[in-house]
Formats: sequence, C-alpha cells, structure tokens
Amino acid sequence: MELLAQIAGEDQIAFGEAVSAGFAYGLAAIGPGIGIGYLVGQSVQAMARQPEAAGMVRTTMFLGIAFTEALALIGFVVFILLKFA
Amino acid sequence: MIFGLEFPTIDHLVEWPSFWGDGEWHTLNKIGLSALIATATTLGIYFIAASKAKTRLVPSGVQTIAEVGIEFIDNGIIDQTMGEEGRGWNPFLLSIFSFVLITNMFEIIPGWQMPGNARMAFPALLAIVVWLAFIGTGIKHQGPGYFKNAIIPPGVPGALLPLVALIEFVSTFLVRPFSLAVRLFANMLAGHILLVTFVVLCESLWTLEWFAVFLPLPFIMLVLLTGFELMVAFLQAYIFTILAAVYIGSSMHADH
Repeated sequence: MELLAQIAGEDQIAFGEAVSAGFAYGLAAIGPGIGIGYLVGQSVQAMARQPEAAGMVRTTMFLGIAFTEALALIGFVVFILLKFA
Repeated sequence: MIFGLEFPTIDHLVEWPSFWGDGEWHTLNKIGLSALIATATTLGIYFIAASKAKTRLVPSGVQTIAEVGIEFIDNGIIDQTMGEEGRGWNPFLLSIFSFVLITNMFEIIPGWQMPGNARMAFPALLAIVVWLAFIGTGIKHQGPGYFKNAIIPPGVPGALLPLVALIEFVSTFLVRPFSLAVRLFANMLAGHILLVTFVVLCESLWTLEWFAVFLPLPFIMLVLLTGFELMVAFLQAYIFTILAAVYIGSSMHADH
C-alpha cells in the first residue's frame, strides 16, 4: 500500500484511471466468461444428444453468445474510455 | 509504457490522415475508402451476377459467389429467425452482411490493416438503419398498436406493469441499437488492438540485440491471431445480420 501511495502521489488522476480501467475490464470479463462457457457447453451437449437439431441450436447459441458477450464488450469500451479518453 | 515497450496511443491506432481536403465534406481517408470499396464490391458482384443470370442458368464465376451469399442469408439467417415471410428482407440483410464483412476484412489485409468498423461511425449508422427498419416493420404489420405491444408483454399483473413497461421500453428501443453498434465496434477495435500489441512486441524484440531469439514466439502468435481475426470478422458480420433479422422478425407479430 505504501508503494501504491508513493506512485499515487505523482499523478493521482492518471493512477486512478489506470487502476480502475484495469478493474473495469477485469470485472466485466468474469460474468460473460462464465456465461459463455456454460452456454456453449450446454449447446454442445444438446447437439451431441440430438444431432439433427444442430443447426437450430447453433443459431440460438450464437444469439446467446452475442447477448452475453455484449457485457464484456461494454466493459472493454469503459476500459478504453478510462484509459485513453 | 508496458515492460519498457513504447505502445502507440489510441489516436495513433485508429485515426488516419485524410488523403485530401481535411475537414471539407469531400474529404476521404483510409476508413472512408474502405466503405467505398465495400459498397462498390457488393454492388458490383450482385449487379454483374444479376445481368448474367438472365441469359445463363448454370452459375459460374461471380454468379456463384452471389448465389452462395443469397442462399446463406436465406437458409442460415432468415429461415432460422423470421421464417418464410421474412424472405423479402433478403436484399436488406445481404447488403448489411456484405458491407460489414468486407469492411471487417480490411483488418487483416496486409498493408491496409484497419477495420472500418473499429470507428464508431459505421456500426452506429448501421444500427440506426436496423432500428428504423424494425420500428417501421412493427408499425407496418401491427399499426400504431406496435408500441403498446412492444412495451407491454401480455399476462403481466397490474401492479408490476409500470416497472415492466419501463424495462421493456428501455431494452427494446434504447439498448437494442446501442448494444448492436457497440458489439461490432468493440469487437473490431479489440481485435485491432490485439494485433497491434503483438506487432509492437515483435518490433521491439527485433531491435533488442540478442533478445531477437524470442522473436518467433510473438510472431507465431501474430500469425495465429490473424487467422482468429478472420473468423471474428466473419462471425461479427453474421451476428450483426442475425440480430437485425431477429429484431425485424420480432416486430412482425405481437407476443402472445
């Protein structure tokens, strides 16, 4: 913590931005990571159990991935905004 | 500065100098040029194919590409999301798909290396077009009652209605276009930054005397990631189109 305080003394705002940018993306990646893993796992199971429904499952899977992934991407945009804007 | 590497700033990565007339209406840069090329390629392929299809039934050359594209939209996107009645939307969805795919592809074309969709302007414009398209479809198919049907799902208890209506309104009319645009934009920007990171790593290892023996590691990663970005470019075009189809399909009929 002392080291952090030392660095923070130099440029508090840039320090805060850099740290919170890192946390913003890191935290935003947790939920979608779990979500997409679970989603794809279940889809693979569905396709293995019923190969004739694979096309339909795949379309729905991509839709689900798109919705889930949006959260991580918004986290990434927040990262860019905090770090560079 | 990361581990002594000089990483370029974000402006340097995504802002390109104008070829001419900076600030004027007729100005053009790399990104604008990629949009023009995408439009010209799409129109070229489908108009040439259409003119050839009049005299020839067995497809060849450009006509094959055009037919693969049309069948992909019909079987892969419209049948899965909108059903038979959505077939009329094929030209619209095909235009969006081709435009997004080709502008994305510029990400990995050597010497160009800039996805047009890594600037917010293209995804935002496309998302607004899709937004207008699904609201227009709703009004055409359901009349002014579309707005009521869209924000009030059937079978909600009266006490919860204001809350549910507010959530549905925000998620349908505000979050949909926003997430559609941000998804495409952020994916392409992330891919671009990822490739730049490994290029910077390769470049700085090259200039670090004996450290150059580690050069193959980031370089192999760079080649693999370029292949990965080819997949992402296609996947994002597919997802953008399929979501547009889902949104338009969902406003054709009221929920019941």
